[in-house]
Amino acid sequence: MAKTATSAFKKSSNWVVQAILIFGVLVTIFPFVWVALMGTHSRSDIFSSPPPFYVGDRLMENYAKLLEIMPFWTVLGNSLFVSVLGTLGAVLFCSMCAYGFFAFDFRGKNIIFGIMVASMMVPPVLTLIPFFLTVKFLGILDTHFALWFPGVANAFGIFLIRQYMVTSITRDLLDAAKVDGASELRIYWSVVLPLIKPALATLAIVMFIGLWNNFLAPLIVISSPDKYVLTLALRSVQSLANSPWGAVMLGTFLSMVPLLLAFVFFSKQMMAGLTAGAVKG
Amino acid sequence: MPNYSPPDKTDAKGVWIFGDGTPADYPVRKSSSKLISRKRRKALMPWLFISPYLILFGLFTAFPLGFSIFLSFQEWNPVSGLSGMKFVGFENYISAYDDPWLWKSLYNTVWLAVASGVPQHLIAIPIAYLLVMALKSGLRHIYTATMFIPFITSTIAVSLIFYSIYSTQSGILNQWLLLAADAPLIGWMFAWVHDVMPLRWLGSSSLIKPAIAFVVVWKYTGFNIVIYSAGFLTVSKELYDAAKVDGCNGWQQFWHVALPMIRPFVFFALTLTIIGNLQLFEEPYVLTAGNSGGVSQSGLTASYYLYLVGWEWLEMGAAAAISWMLFLFIAIVTSLHFYFNGRKGLEGNR
Repeated sequence: MAKTATSAFKKSSNWVVQAILIFGVLVTIFPFVWVALMGTHSRSDIFSSPPPFYVGDRLMENYAKLLEIMPFWTVLGNSLFVSVLGTLGAVLFCSMCAYGFFAFDFRGKNIIFGIMVASMMVPPVLTLIPFFLTVKFLGILDTHFALWFPGVANAFGIFLIRQYMVTSITRDLLDAAKVDGASELRIYWSVVLPLIKPALATLAIVMFIGLWNNFLAPLIVISSPDKYVLTLALRSVQSLANSPWGAVMLGTFLSMVPLLLAFVFFSKQMMAGLTAGAVKG
Repeated sequence: MPNYSPPDKTDAKGVWIFGDGTPADYPVRKSSSKLISRKRRKALMPWLFISPYLILFGLFTAFPLGFSIFLSFQEWNPVSGLSGMKFVGFENYISAYDDPWLWKSLYNTVWLAVASGVPQHLIAIPIAYLLVMALKSGLRHIYTATMFIPFITSTIAVSLIFYSIYSTQSGILNQWLLLAADAPLIGWMFAWVHDVMPLRWLGSSSLIKPAIAFVVVWKYTGFNIVIYSAGFLTVSKELYDAAKVDGCNGWQQFWHVALPMIRPFVFFALTLTIIGNLQLFEEPYVLTAGNSGGVSQSGLTASYYLYLVGWEWLEMGAAAAISWMLFLFIAIVTSLHFYFNGRKGLEGNR
């Protein structure tokens, strides 16, 4: 599309453009390379001069140390558990609610939908204390349930999926299914769900990344170290006296690996999903 | 002709009738209660579908919000249980108003929001433009995807990495500055380094805010680049051609053609940045090692302060009052943004 404009750039300034972009990429990926390298060095190597810009030989040592300062695999399992349940729950319940708003006309529908959209504007900071109190009243403090469950029917997900339904499912299709004698539940499950798979995938991506990286909710909800999730466990070893930075950096790097791997394969879907609101807005 | 459609209701004697009062022509086999319950079930169906949202919204948003208004007029340490609550009127609000830490944290929040918000967009817009204009879509995707990576990684992990990069005692940033100062060709540019070393990036009140701001810029610029790339891709080639016929040079094409076209995207990205930056918590929290906002609270943001008051000092009532003041603040800033940029931003030139 930008062919003619390209020619303007091509001649004199193309290498400048490339240099700028490559500089941007270098600044972006340097911390990732650096954390991977630090994971293979001992504490004294990391802070030696000149900085060790090569792969070190202390990987196993750091790994042993990492298991010493935190139950790494338990914590990783906790993160996985919370993220998977929260994602599955959101895909199920958000699509269910979205179907409710999409397929039916009922009294109060517009008001509820309006409140729902407005609630997306409420900054999470405001709900932090009330959220904590509810969790406390319900007696689910210090449980993983309190991390994944409250978000399974969230306004963003419902809105996202309803908008997708509006563009991809016709009234005629629903009516045809009804004439064939399908119950509402059956229409939702066998007719609608298969048709909105792309939106479900988008929601799943957004939810999983959000839950995996979540820090604030675990920080105020979880107190026992064996229930920590990755973000919380990593933060808790930051201030250890004489902290073993090689081990901490190894843990930090390992905690990022799952999402980075997923990004290598699904970068298009993940970028589209995470900017869904903005780009279509 | 007999009317075989299902009757609407029963009359006083329990005979099935239609809406206009005519009795049903056929015996109704189903017991009346079953039919009514089917009708009711049909009316209940939508509520059944949206019930997960209603329940969770009521439980985790609506009720708690109301309760937090109530709580902001109480003095309450959550450890003492509900009975430990004491009504104190507006005292929480008044003492928050007199609280120098709150004002300091608000100042820091605004400082950080500007210092970490403005560069994101000043960098992202030109880079997105270059990506769209100078590269084919395959290569462009590789660049945008790479720059997007920080956005998907956890803020905690990223902040921990930068915590070690910023380390005063031979963190890599200080080491590189020293190397640059001793390097033959560029050394003169970094001659000042020796005078100021060691730079305490996270340990001095003047450097910690820029250090935090850089992490935020680093993390979110890629996200904005993706949004702006999508924006620039919506600008049609004909517009550039027409501009060129009118004698626009490359800069004018960018400034007068491309930029006005992506206004809605700028508006949206700015909104996200404003709302997000005013709630900055994780970056300052990790970079100050969770230590009361760092040296003389220079890294204390409003959300961070809210956390300290509520969970470290266990004064939930005061924290609730602060959260409402912070909400008011965010609401005012956001509506100012909507008021001044909203009309232009939303209308755009699409």
